Amino acid sequence: MSERILSVLVEDKPGVLARVASTISRRGFNINSLAVGPTNIQGRSKMTIVTELESVEQVKKQLNKLINVIKIVELDPENTIESEVLLLKVSINKDTQTSVIEKASLSGAKSVDVGSDYAVFEMTGASKDLDKLENLLKPFGIIEMIRGGRIAIQTKL
Amino acid sequence: MSEEKLSGAELVVRSLEYMNISTIFGLPGGAILPAYDPLYDSPIRHILARHEQGSGHMAEGYAQATGELGVVIATSGPGATNLITPLTNALMDSTPLLAITGQVASEAIGNDAFQEAYTVGLTMAATKHNYLITNAEEIPQILLEARHIATTGRPGPVLVDIPKDILNQKVEWIEPKLIDLPGYKPTLEPNPKMINQAADLIKKAEKPILYVGGGIIHSKANEELFELATKFQIPVVTTLMGRGAFPDGNELCFEMPGMHGNYTATTSIQKSDLLIAIGVRFDDRVTANPKFFAQNAKVIHADIDPAEIGKIREPEVPIVGDAKSVITGLIERLEGSDLKTTDWINELNQMKKDYPLSYIQEEKGPLKVPFVLEELQKLSDEDAIVVSGVGQHQMWISQHWNFTQPNTWLNSGGLGTMGYSLPAAIGAQAAYPDRQILALDGDGCFQMTCQELITASTENIPIKIVVFNNGNHGMVRQWQKIFYKNRFSASELTHHTPDYVALAESMGATGLRMIEKSDVKKVFEKMLEINDKPVLVECIVDPEDMVFPMVPAGGSNDVVILNEDDLKKL
Ligand SMILES: Cc1ncc(C[n+]2csc(CCOP(=O)(O)OP(=O)(O)O)c2C)c(N)n1
Ligand SMILES: [Mg+2]
Repeated sequence: MSERILSVLVEDKPGVLARVASTISRRGFNINSLAVGPTNIQGRSKMTIVTELESVEQVKKQLNKLINVIKIVELDPENTIESEVLLLKVSINKDTQTSVIEKASLSGAKSVDVGSDYAVFEMTGASKDLDKLENLLKPFGIIEMIRGGRIAIQTKL
Repeated sequence: MSEEKLSGAELVVRSLEYMNISTIFGLPGGAILPAYDPLYDSPIRHILARHEQGSGHMAEGYAQATGELGVVIATSGPGATNLITPLTNALMDSTPLLAITGQVASEAIGNDAFQEAYTVGLTMAATKHNYLITNAEEIPQILLEARHIATTGRPGPVLVDIPKDILNQKVEWIEPKLIDLPGYKPTLEPNPKMINQAADLIKKAEKPILYVGGGIIHSKANEELFELATKFQIPVVTTLMGRGAFPDGNELCFEMPGMHGNYTATTSIQKSDLLIAIGVRFDDRVTANPKFFAQNAKVIHADIDPAEIGKIREPEVPIVGDAKSVITGLIERLEGSDLKTTDWINELNQMKKDYPLSYIQEEKGPLKVPFVLEELQKLSDEDAIVVSGVGQHQMWISQHWNFTQPNTWLNSGGLGTMGYSLPAAIGAQAAYPDRQILALDGDGCFQMTCQELITASTENIPIKIVVFNNGNHGMVRQWQKIFYKNRFSASELTHHTPDYVALAESMGATGLRMIEKSDVKKVFEKMLEINDKPVLVECIVDPEDMVFPMVPAGGSNDVVILNEDDLKKL
């Protein structure tokens, strides 16, 4: 099933994330990712919600009922740039070190910390590229991985 | 005056006065105590309930009877948690409510302080919106915003939580600004294109039905609805929340459809080719299994809440807007058209004759609720307000009482809250001291909030209570008969029954009792004469009686169970 991306403009008020999350779980909507952060406008935050729901009409309408939700736009996947950040800590040893670092850097990840038995990479990009990096490094033993949730912006005005 | 400093508590009371609130309901406690001090000198009438659930239902009854904001005030912790039922009830039935709760002091929040509850979190899904105030200066503005949110668009409950230190903080009164909420702009005026499309469908319909509910009452659109239905000869069915939106007794009124609706109302929808749904939400108690609901009909769905449209049934014509504007638009657009609905109306009237609501009251047999109701209605005022509990008696009232005016039928429709009747009746009587307020309750429901009888006596609120004593959670018993092989697990109330008459007398009310048919008229006459204090009538009724018609939950509205014999169809 294909993914749908909702870009939700909210007032930056205490509890707004809880209200959105509570509405999503109360109504039984399944979501893949939710990311939230400030925008260029004072007092406004943006939430990016990714879901595989066939119809997003009810989600949009229910979220729109929240007083602190200002506007919801469904992004057109054709004209959307998406990005996500990842931090990944993987085991290394003398034998694997070079190969791990090389593989990671070819995938577009940046090494941010390398110890004798571990390396930490950071990567920003499309979620599917982050998935690739994860799969590539899995055989070496991933110790910990964190992803920041997907954010997206429409390319056209 | 602008130099004068006021406490947050004084700001709360002054804001309520500023909003012309005349009556509030509540119960004090530590965290809200600062607000009760200025209230002592205020012209606002405070009605002291005996339980916060009661105070919440009182505020609901007040709001539902008047169509205006109801206000309730409670302390932190248990005071606030006791409000969750009435808040949820108000959310389900779209009742405009403002709840003000005290909270522990700001610096104690989060520390499990004495009587601390996370009120904003607990009530997030029980309110239309809620606030935690962090600075006393915000109090007037936020209370005005709260009223605005509660009373506009689709009405609902709003809670404002105020920490004790904020109630004690001294600040200046800041004149509230014009309310501008960027994320809250309800659509009142419908899109004319949609009105045109709807009118075109209506003109072509042969079997249209106006399926209307609480939205008509909230929007005060009953006169417009009357014009639309009568001018263009469109039959009307009114949901449980919409009883009184269109007058019973009118030849176009087919009353309530659904689980315990009458056969004709339920069937009219099944046979209809066009449902004109206004201010309704396709509740499961109306639709049964929505897959089988109105399968032959196109649907026009108008509601002020866009989220209701397409939630259960995708309409051919969606209309977002206030019922009054929608109906006015439809009348304008239909002007001059001549709908050919005579055959359809005749068909429905024939059906009504063939499948009447019926009951048998034997001369010497136990009293039947429908009989008692019809006798009571004969004796009571046209504008009497009827307030029900939840269960069999509620369904019988909706079926057998003739509602001719909006806001004369108060009940808990969406949440089905037992215990609603008595306190809600107190709220309605507080709004209308001179009208007949009839709390028609079940014995099970009554026992949930009967302590509020004291509130009624103390406050000289002369409500008239009828407790239909069938010695059972009758509706539960009915389901156990039908679906659980007569295994009456925990539905009997007879092992120890209160002496209702003595209970009433002990709480400062007059207690009366009726047992036989010959009692009914004289006891009700006596009840209706008492206007200086509350009066309770215990009405002993048949424990074996069942409510019909019935469409079992999840069934199809094509299969209406008409009586006990018909249960074999299941
Ligand atoms: C607070 C609450 N608890 C439980 C129920 C489930 N329930 C629905 S009707 C009913 C019985 C009501 O009994 P009574 O008030 O005597 O009315 P009757 O059906 O006998 O007329 C019960 C327990 C409910 N609706 N509300
Ligand atoms: Mg009962």
